[in-house]
Amino acid sequence: MANVPEDLHYSKDHEWVRVDGNQAIIGITDYAQDSLGDVVYVELPKAGEEFAANEPFGSVESVKAVSEVFTPIAGEIVQINESLADEPEKVNSDPYGDGWMIRVKMSNPGEVDSLLTAAEYEDFTKAESE
Amino acid sequence: MVDFGGWDMPVQYPAGTIEEHLRTRTHAGLFDVSHMGEIDVRGTDAIAFVNKITSNDVTKLVDGQAQYTALTTPQGTVVDDLLVYRLAADHLLLVVNASTTDKDWEWIKSNHAGESVDLNNVSSDYCQLALQGPDAQSILQKLTDLPLDEIKYYHFRHGAVDGVHGIISRTGYTGEDGFEVYAAADRAEQLWNKILEIGNTGTPTGVLPCGLAARNTLRLEAALALYGHEIDETTTLLEANLGWICKLDKGDFIGREALAHQKTEGVKRKLVGFEVTDRGIARDDQDVIVDGERVGKVTSGSPAPFLKKNIGFAYVPVEYANPGQQIHVDVRGKLVAAQIIKTPFYKRTK
Repeated sequence: MANVPEDLHYSKDHEWVRVDGNQAIIGITDYAQDSLGDVVYVELPKAGEEFAANEPFGSVESVKAVSEVFTPIAGEIVQINESLADEPEKVNSDPYGDGWMIRVKMSNPGEVDSLLTAAEYEDFTKAESE
Repeated sequence: MVDFGGWDMPVQYPAGTIEEHLRTRTHAGLFDVSHMGEIDVRGTDAIAFVNKITSNDVTKLVDGQAQYTALTTPQGTVVDDLLVYRLAADHLLLVVNASTTDKDWEWIKSNHAGESVDLNNVSSDYCQLALQGPDAQSILQKLTDLPLDEIKYYHFRHGAVDGVHGIISRTGYTGEDGFEVYAAADRAEQLWNKILEIGNTGTPTGVLPCGLAARNTLRLEAALALYGHEIDETTTLLEANLGWICKLDKGDFIGREALAHQKTEGVKRKLVGFEVTDRGIARDDQDVIVDGERVGKVTSGSPAPFLKKNIGFAYVPVEYANPGQQIHVDVRGKLVAAQIIKTPFYKRTK
């Protein structure tokens, strides 16, 4: 069973959001990394770039496939996880920790309320894998 | 699971593609390739008939020997690539790709013109397991009395594995030493489980079950063509660097004239191997760019788990086909630098 931490917000595209003041940290869920398999390459945007909600901000590649990753909330990139360039496997080993992808300054912090709770996301993935 | 030519096939097992790939290079990997098609050719004209429809020279085979070859169109392009097994002077077994089995079968029948042969599509009679890697022989030897070290590369013997009669062939599609075992379809599960058990699966150096994704990355590192990617009915054998299976002097065969003509004229485009030199992974069907011009396409592009590089095959005009040539690949709108390199990308040391 995939790990779904209680304190995060989730999207139906399998990203998680951790709120930190008016900023948010974003990555992909345990369920997503498990479905992808071994992550071998992560392409991330540059600091300063701005994204609308649900816009693709980069891509995650496994041996077999490329998947876009979407930011569930609008904002400006303030930091990216540079270490993923050399250690993309952190997305597999620690998706909610060292495998984080971007930190954004939220344009509209209220947006997180529209995301799924941990319980809702868990139900969503259960339905999806049935 | 994915649909692969009508078969439900695992892309990967729980260990994951990279581990499966590495274990096959360092110890052993087991692949269920029962989806491959088998066509049985019997009769006094078996060799003459197969020699007419394939590009390599079947007359060179002795009993117990196999050959890599292609079914060719009159244009010298590829209906399919396959292995021909010589069971006897009047009995050959053709092992073809899963997704092309029906097409091949129709093609073979349509080119049958009075030769004394019985043709049978026996694909569903056989299972095929490929045990590949440096430990393949020692594992399989525990399950058979056949002296495996006497079976040379591209040769085979009849024998029993775990009491199951079959064909044991020193062939494979990974760039490693290894065996392919053909047996009755209903014994697949027994053989699969027994080989895993004897091969100490579940231990760090034991045999790992491997899925389609590892099969693809292993064959790509070894620079082996995959039908539908490097070769199809639009690519000639010469363009695909498969001149070594075009025996133009063996006598007439379908496509011989076109291939002889192309050999004299020279090919205009060629299959090449490349290595990505930027960050990024080239993927199938992406455009190859030289000096701002779209000059070719990637036929297979992937990370190479053992070499730890991102590699691929592409067709490019011959003027850009030399090792060292700098190219770019259009990776979803971003130009990624790459360089043509010699193949195979990977060659085992012994």
